[in-house]
Amino acid sequence: MSSRETILQRLRNRSGGELTAPECDFSVLKRPDWSTAERVDLFEKTIESVHGEVHRCTEDNWIDRLSELLTTRGARNLLVPKEHEIGLKLRSEVERDDLPSLLIYDEPIESWQTALFNDVDASITSTRGGIAETGSLILWPTADEPRLMSLVPPIHVAVLFAREIYTTFHEAMLDQNWGAGMPTNALLVSGPSKTADIEQTLAYGVHGPKELIVLIIE
Amino acid sequence: MSETAHQSPHHIDVKEFHPRAQAAIHNPKIRQNFRKAMDGLMSKRKSAFEGWDLETLRDLGANIRLRALANLPDLLEQLEEKLTENGIKVHWALDSDEACRIVRDICVARDAKSVIKGKSMVSEEMELNHYLEGQGIEALESDLGEYIVQLAGETPSHIIMPAIHKNTGEISELMHEKTGTDLSHDVEYLTAAARQQLREKFMNADVGVSGVNFAVAETGTLCLVENEGNGRMTTTVPPCHIAVTGIEKVVPNLEDVTALMALLTRSATGQHITTYFNMISGPRKADEMDGPEEVHLVLVDNGRSSIYQDDELLDTLRCIRCGACMNHCPVYTRVGGHTYGTTYPGPIGKILMPHLIGLDEGRHLPTASSLCGACGEVCPVKIPIPDLLVRLRQESVDGDKLHPARVTGHGAKRGAMEAMIWKGWSWMHAHPGAYRFGTNMAARFRMLQPGQIGGWTQYRTAPKLAPKTLHEKLKERGQ
Ligand code: SF4
Repeated sequence: MSSRETILQRLRNRSGGELTAPECDFSVLKRPDWSTAERVDLFEKTIESVHGEVHRCTEDNWIDRLSELLTTRGARNLLVPKEHEIGLKLRSEVERDDLPSLLIYDEPIESWQTALFNDVDASITSTRGGIAETGSLILWPTADEPRLMSLVPPIHVAVLFAREIYTTFHEAMLDQNWGAGMPTNALLVSGPSKTADIEQTLAYGVHGPKELIVLIIE
Repeated sequence: MSETAHQSPHHIDVKEFHPRAQAAIHNPKIRQNFRKAMDGLMSKRKSAFEGWDLETLRDLGANIRLRALANLPDLLEQLEEKLTENGIKVHWALDSDEACRIVRDICVARDAKSVIKGKSMVSEEMELNHYLEGQGIEALESDLGEYIVQLAGETPSHIIMPAIHKNTGEISELMHEKTGTDLSHDVEYLTAAARQQLREKFMNADVGVSGVNFAVAETGTLCLVENEGNGRMTTTVPPCHIAVTGIEKVVPNLEDVTALMALLTRSATGQHITTYFNMISGPRKADEMDGPEEVHLVLVDNGRSSIYQDDELLDTLRCIRCGACMNHCPVYTRVGGHTYGTTYPGPIGKILMPHLIGLDEGRHLPTASSLCGACGEVCPVKIPIPDLLVRLRQESVDGDKLHPARVTGHGAKRGAMEAMIWKGWSWMHAHPGAYRFGTNMAARFRMLQPGQIGGWTQYRTAPKLAPKTLHEKLKERGQ
């Protein structure tokens, strides 16, 4: 008999007899209906408490804000999505000399891994919403915005629409109907990479980005 | 089996709990490092649940885990089906050795020479690193705490914070000696050095191995909770990802994960959520630019299906490995994780390990507790740890007639002398004549009573018999 069959058979022929499954009531996770403004405030507070940085912008001024933020940090380049409107909009502004040079992730990682790990200073990605209670960004990497875009560069900028901020993870998941099917990889990102493994002292950027900048578009 | 059966690299005798505990108690560094860390974790947990209806949330957590366990075989089949649909290959292992062989075979098929690992307690249980090394495959831990512990040639002393037993100075010296970094108490510097050392390894590793926090049957999704990003690197950068997990980690729906997450991170480190919550549902698709070409899941039994047979012990399988029971345990806080000599230390280790290694080996584990109840009180899924400790204590001394042979080695602590004394004792109480004679004699010759009575007088003074028995006193009062 294979190990699979042995294990399943042991579990099925349980000596203690059949187990009853209790009811699960999820109402303890529910929160009152909050306004968008309240959710934005809470999101900002929670993500800042874990070292994330929030900038409130509009459709019209987010690129200016981005350019300022990257200039102060001396970023030489920025990895942008190829097809998402964030990328399209940035690339349509190539004439601006206050933006760092724009890079696109349109080749399989194998062909440019060393460059991604060593030479890319910042990246910008879209989000599928945010979660106010935990200060989390929802990311579903795609062919256009691959998984490593939000992980390898030392600065990760995420664009979040205020109207897409949910109160809880539970609410976001049900509203977006995740149970119907998941992408190859989905993520909640709450702050920059960190560790407290050395005597409980927080240090940022241990393996992933050292800085997480969220541009909230209101 | 003998061809691949491997021996513990550490040769720790689990039975030697007491001498190790003595040594730890007399080691001020160990006591300081743990005390400081555990105090911090306790207060962080407390404030993380402020404003929550914690009792109701814990009930929900317990119910979710119970519901999953009630349907365990069906859920495992559903999980396998969904994962397979998603392109993830599923393997089943009865024990550690088989699980190790499965990992090796995948590595061999890919001609892999180096493995990079995310944190995984099941792989500690399997002693996977040691095994792979024996097969000529390098296995490197990438979680900073695990990396430090591996550099030191040790095992984790806590399931969430593996290197908690070391302070900054010790870590600095270790890194200096093993990797050539400068001696420094600057945690930022040490962290940056480790980042640099590990980045190279991520890029060059042939296989990434990770654990799993929750496996979701509904969608075929493997969930991983972490702060550092090393888990994402491990599961994304190498061309092949192997996840290993105990069979009990499956839950029916994604919705279940939202509640368990809320409990897990707050209980563990007092965080509302970890930096990364990573949900993996398949290998790289044809049009995608990164992610592993191959993803495998190894489902490990290793004694779990035997725990599953018993209604009481089954509760052990609810555990979501948050470590809160350790953080709140007065014994763990004083002696540290290595004293237990087991993969899982502290309260959860004391109820889980006897199943994995038997009560002969783990005979002292259920007694290494003050039964203060703190572990049961903080457990986010309401595992009645103190009750289980009492149950295992009983099994370890009386051979447990009520639950025959559930845990191997029951009765291991029963001494022949002790058994005889108890037998005589119960006979005397059933025979009034003998009882009166016995107590009279004992009162008369109380001067001959021994001053040392085994373990009892190790930390207490021996009780003295009264000069007169209760019967005599009552008689004197004319009652
Ligand atoms: S037994 Fe409970 S408190 Fe201890 S690690 Fe498991 S879930 Fe956490």
